[in-house]
Amino acid sequence: MMKFSLTKRRVSRSFGGDLFIFVILAMMAAFMAIPMVLAISNAFKPLNEFFLFPPRLIVRNPTMDNFLNLFTIMGGSWVPLSRYLLNSLIIVFFGTAGNVLFASLAAYAISKHKFPGANLFMGMIVLSLMFAREVTSIPNYVIIASFGWINSYWAVIVPSWGSTLGLYLMKNFIDAMIPDSLLEAARIDGASEWRIFWQLVMPIVKPAWLTMIILLFQELWRTTGGNFIYSEELRTLPSALGQIVSGGVARQGVGAAVILLMMLIPIIVFLINQSRILETMGTSGMAN
Amino acid sequence: MSTWARIKRHKVSYLFIAPFGILFFTFTVIPVLVAMVLSFTNFNMLQAPSFVGWSNYIRLFLEDEVFLIAIKNTFIFASITGPLSYLACFLVAWLINELKPWLRAILTLLFYAPAISGKAYYIWTIIFSGDTYGILNANLLYWGIIDRPIQWLNDPAFIMPITILVVLWMSLGTSFLVFIAGLQGIDHRLYEAGAIDGIRHRWQELWHLTIPMMRGYLMFGAIMAITNSFTIFNEIRDLTGFPSTDYAAHTIIQALQDHGSIRFEMGYASAIAVVLFLTMLTIQRVVQKLLNRVGGGQ
Repeated sequence: MMKFSLTKRRVSRSFGGDLFIFVILAMMAAFMAIPMVLAISNAFKPLNEFFLFPPRLIVRNPTMDNFLNLFTIMGGSWVPLSRYLLNSLIIVFFGTAGNVLFASLAAYAISKHKFPGANLFMGMIVLSLMFAREVTSIPNYVIIASFGWINSYWAVIVPSWGSTLGLYLMKNFIDAMIPDSLLEAARIDGASEWRIFWQLVMPIVKPAWLTMIILLFQELWRTTGGNFIYSEELRTLPSALGQIVSGGVARQGVGAAVILLMMLIPIIVFLINQSRILETMGTSGMAN
Repeated sequence: MSTWARIKRHKVSYLFIAPFGILFFTFTVIPVLVAMVLSFTNFNMLQAPSFVGWSNYIRLFLEDEVFLIAIKNTFIFASITGPLSYLACFLVAWLINELKPWLRAILTLLFYAPAISGKAYYIWTIIFSGDTYGILNANLLYWGIIDRPIQWLNDPAFIMPITILVVLWMSLGTSFLVFIAGLQGIDHRLYEAGAIDGIRHRWQELWHLTIPMMRGYLMFGAIMAITNSFTIFNEIRDLTGFPSTDYAAHTIIQALQDHGSIRFEMGYASAIAVVLFLTMLTIQRVVQKLLNRVGGGQ
């Protein structure tokens, strides 16, 4: 057997199979990586390198000019960049926290309490995932307006608490990871449902809510505030930066810098959560 | 036990779902029901809706030629991107699950990055740009393969294949991440027991052990694949413009946007949404039946 192995060896593994896997993965990795490398590289290209013939994948004389230009452009606007960032962070933080809390509570009850209506409720959640949001936006606007939330953070935050994808995800994880016998044992010991949820269920499904955080963060980070928020000082980073990207060739460098900045933050959040997911998997004894 | 007695016994359960339930009904169920009612009306958002019976639906299928193009495009687009992205999510998740943790972490990021990176797909508009600075055009010209630039994103012959390519590029998203987490959660003692019971190679193990354990996640992934492949809008618009040349990338969701946000025909747009919903629901039911069969006679 090979001394240096990239996989955890198991009896059912052959060398030919391993080789096959590496070839497939390497090809797919190249397809995924090349445009990303180009996107990152472009952010550091000086203007003249955008007009090289033939164009180069990797930047030759990296420069920070694009970022400096971006800050010059943003510095001229009457709402400072930091305010857009703060708005985005408020929406992302409260939106994500509320959805993880409310969706997890509901998912636990639906998955483990066989109460009348649980299946009906779950069925409606799944159906709702397939209804195009574009047409519900008008009734939604009327509802949000009737609460008086137009032009406030609430218009984006509160509806995101009811986002169904997270609940569906959490329910699947609780179904798969929490055996009924464990809950029975806790109930015999006299633990309340509230305590079981917080002290037993949530720690075990940590990978699930870390995944939920990644998804919701990604979703809310993209939000522009849409039709709900019109005051410039309440608008989000994507709405401020969005206009810069669509500026044609002359703005290509700045656009690339914007794209890089916008993708950096979800990737950092993903990396932090991912390492904690793996850590949980490793220590909880489920993986091995 | 009577239903009422069971409801009373589960008081706590209802408290658990109450906050989410209220939000779900307010911001999802009611708007969906309103949209369904609106699909039978003529509603321009200024005057009160007027009831028109089935005429929106009749117009959709009998008079609206652009919508028929949209249906065709949607099915071409969804039947390629849906299954391919679904299989890719599962296979890649399964393959990298075998790797050492450090390598797995790097590859997960690499494969997931395009999906998480917001508007990073804009890079494809530079790659497929129609002028000579476009990465693909410049290289093809440089190597003498073509003698003048090709309008990749405006030529109906290329619009659909390019859109599909880009969507596949960013398709290892939510389901991929969920599959990885799900695979990680499978107890390894199951595989050891399987090896003793005569599982000989990885494909047998995949079919008899892994897939049955992953059934819940697989259904989740299938729904994600269906909704994504039928409702992808922003990416197509940003790549090909809106509407695309000769409606070459005009899908049902684009028709919906066209009538809803541009022409303010909300009744008609709602009818499109209902048609789309019923289509996706039918496909989901078929996929569910198929998924119940895979994984060796369970």
